[in-house]
Amino acid sequence: MTTITITAAEPKKSRFDFTRPVLWLFAAFMIVLIVLPMSWLAVFAFTDKARSPTLQNFVTLFTDPAFLDPLLTTAIIATTSALICCLVAAPIGWLVSRTDMPGRQTIRALVTASFVTPPFLGAVAWELLAAPNSGLLNQLYRYLTGAEDPLFDIYSLTGLIFVISCYTFPFVFVLVANALDNMPGELEDASAILGGKAWTTARRVTIPLALPALVAGALIAFLQAMTLFGSPAILALPAGFHTMTTKIWSLFQYPPKLELAAAAAVPLLVLTILLLQGQKFLLGRRGFSVVGGKYGAPRQVEMKGWRWAALAFCLIVLLNPVFLPYFALLNAAFSPNATTLVTPSTATLHNIVFVFTELSSTQLALKNTVILGASTATIGTLLALVVAYVTTRRVIASHRILGFLATAPVAVPGIVLGVGLFLSYTRPPFVLYGTLWILLLAFLTINLPSAYQQLQAAFATIHPELEDASRILGATRLQSLWQITAPLLRTGVIATWCFIFIGVMRELSAAIVLFTSQTKVLSVLIYDLNESGDLAAISVLGIAMLMITFAVVLAVNRIPVFGGGAAARLRNS
Amino acid sequence: MKGRKLSRRDVLQGAATLAAGAVFASPVRAQAPEPVAITPSLVEAAKKEGKLILYSSMDLPVGEKLGKAFEAAYPGVGVQIERSGSERLFQRIDQEFGSGIRAADVINTSDASHIITWKRNKWLAPFVSEDMARHFLPAYRDPDGMSATSRIYLSSIAYNTNLVKPEDAPKSFSDLLDPKWSGKMVKGHPAYSGTIMTATFQLVRELGWEYMEKLSKQRVMQVQSSTDPPKKLSLGERAVMADGNEYGVVLLKEAGQPVEPIYPTEGAPTISGPTAIFASAPHPNAARLFQAWLHTRETQQFFTDFTAQHSVHAQVQSKPGRRKISDIKLMKEDAEGVEKMAEEIKTRYARLFRV
Repeated sequence: MTTITITAAEPKKSRFDFTRPVLWLFAAFMIVLIVLPMSWLAVFAFTDKARSPTLQNFVTLFTDPAFLDPLLTTAIIATTSALICCLVAAPIGWLVSRTDMPGRQTIRALVTASFVTPPFLGAVAWELLAAPNSGLLNQLYRYLTGAEDPLFDIYSLTGLIFVISCYTFPFVFVLVANALDNMPGELEDASAILGGKAWTTARRVTIPLALPALVAGALIAFLQAMTLFGSPAILALPAGFHTMTTKIWSLFQYPPKLELAAAAAVPLLVLTILLLQGQKFLLGRRGFSVVGGKYGAPRQVEMKGWRWAALAFCLIVLLNPVFLPYFALLNAAFSPNATTLVTPSTATLHNIVFVFTELSSTQLALKNTVILGASTATIGTLLALVVAYVTTRRVIASHRILGFLATAPVAVPGIVLGVGLFLSYTRPPFVLYGTLWILLLAFLTINLPSAYQQLQAAFATIHPELEDASRILGATRLQSLWQITAPLLRTGVIATWCFIFIGVMRELSAAIVLFTSQTKVLSVLIYDLNESGDLAAISVLGIAMLMITFAVVLAVNRIPVFGGGAAARLRNS
Repeated sequence: MKGRKLSRRDVLQGAATLAAGAVFASPVRAQAPEPVAITPSLVEAAKKEGKLILYSSMDLPVGEKLGKAFEAAYPGVGVQIERSGSERLFQRIDQEFGSGIRAADVINTSDASHIITWKRNKWLAPFVSEDMARHFLPAYRDPDGMSATSRIYLSSIAYNTNLVKPEDAPKSFSDLLDPKWSGKMVKGHPAYSGTIMTATFQLVRELGWEYMEKLSKQRVMQVQSSTDPPKKLSLGERAVMADGNEYGVVLLKEAGQPVEPIYPTEGAPTISGPTAIFASAPHPNAARLFQAWLHTRETQQFFTDFTAQHSVHAQVQSKPGRRKISDIKLMKEDAEGVEKMAEEIKTRYARLFRV
């Protein structure tokens, strides 16, 4: 303490602030991370094979029904999925956040479980459940009714929209539940005191206040549904149609048409940017100002007799992303042929033995995935932390650019980024294709925006005066960060780390373009196994993958330095 | 005994000579290297390298079992199998070579025309084992020693016996055009699977694109790998398989699943699976050891027995109780034809089947 007082007396200019060059280095890194692949994408989209400028790629694209159909299909999928997600997530979010429904924590945990489940694994699980003839649910339906025709056909546009919605609604739920959690109770109280009935209060106060979160959620759901690769690849191709992502993927077939792939990525990119702009325009200045701050606790609605009906509703909804798929995967893992209901006499360990002792890529894929998950989460959290610090504390003049760069990848669908990275790093000077580095770059870029937004929000809650006080007492910027800010941020940091780790486990669309035999990850291995119809092996691997994810998330939350409580936070962030 | 064997080989030869002749036709005089035996020094060198990476399109459980058999024969040399459809492997190898990545040691493809391209690119290493030189007809090995046919198999049609009565089952490819099979069939994809690419070429040659066009109107469930249709069939997901690995059907049937292969009256498309070593193999000795081992009589017999495919090794017998390839009407393979037509097949197929 004494030393600090003494150093504070020294003139400040004599000490070089190392933070600045470090920050500039970060900025340069981010530019390489994001600008380089996007530039290559642009180059390929607007040139021919000889790299002379042309618009021919776009002419091909917009005159060929083979491209227009997928574009339309994708728009339909994204719109309806976003709508369904809102319709499902908003009531559950409200029930969990604002009512006395029993089991609210359990429902939150189950929504987290659907978020942790990779969408491609969900798609395979739904194949097991609702393939028109062999699906478990259709078998049950036939058994019960004696009907000939199937009840469900998962290999259809409706089936695909359903499965995508199952694994997209958590994004909407989290935003809505958060907004409702943080909504000041006074405003609703005021409405009630002034004689507003429950419905009037809801219509005039609660819904308008929650609307920005819902719109933001709808937008995220739309983007997720639009850019998913795994679910459409697994369900749309057997049904005989393409989405934009599977179409872009098919352009990589030999002989690869990289120019067309780059050009086909442009509409996805433009649509995303338009949507993000549209959201800004729609919400304008109203919106989030009431969220946060020190207000009274939100009002709890007493459900009385409806409490159990509400819980039943939530559980029925959660049948679809969690209970039924997990059951189907478990059944297939122990079943001799994937869609026969296992009985004690038919249960077999053959699939488990096959995956862990015979399948030669299992260990490599497991290792790669865990290495990539942990390193992406660590580097990504650090990167997001620095950028969030710089932008919230306005450390350098160009902090806005840094913030923009960190958010920009939101506008880049995974498969588009994959194409961009492939074009950037398969040629000198940076040949990273074939190494884990290129996957690390991809996963970092994809996860940066959400990591940045979470940590920015966390920084915003810590008043800069605390850091200022430390610096006035002579601490350097880094010292004050380490001693003052870091401890206050730890739950936010750990939640972000987990969020990125889960994001890496879920990722397939960029990995499918970028992997090689030595850099295979679990998602790609599962996708390959689906193509050869090895559903039981997928079930075993998928369950292993889920167990690893849950174990890592739980373990990280128990590291003493970081303190507990992050798991609860993750559910809300 | 002798007569039966001869006739089997005659049929095989008839089926594959054209193909092999085309694949292995070379303007330069044949200059295969001296045959190599499996010597202790080769085994030692392979063990030093410790492992090999096999790119293969074989059905995964089948391929992995083969890998495990090699590991058991030569402890200390691990096999990592990179399984995917041949067309995707072809694209991946192109992509990897284009970026200077040399990951693959050995490749077993189900589209023999790929060997033509790789040989032209000078990507393959010559290697002839003693068994290949002695027991493989010239039609089944490259004159320059760049590859050898490790397996021959069929793409057939098949049905699920729980869903279709034997008397109602289709007998030919043209039977599949009957409206009663609409929405009830599953098939593989020629842009993914080398087996389906080869089979589609033969079907188009024999029955014309009109056949494919009519088939595409039958609301066929489209999967990727040729190993998937037998599995979808055995699950009961579809009643009839329009194309796919016949060996997969036979293996499932032998395992007690309700499937039955049909050998179409027009003839069953024939596919040969050549194996080659890459000149840039990171584990060259392990690759040579594997290539030599794979084509020994013992391995070929073992492979034939447990995969229900066929060997062209002169001393290998077909497993008792299985249908002999000589009793099946076959379509002729033509790798050079496939090479010329591959892109057209991918394009036209995508237009017809919309994926």
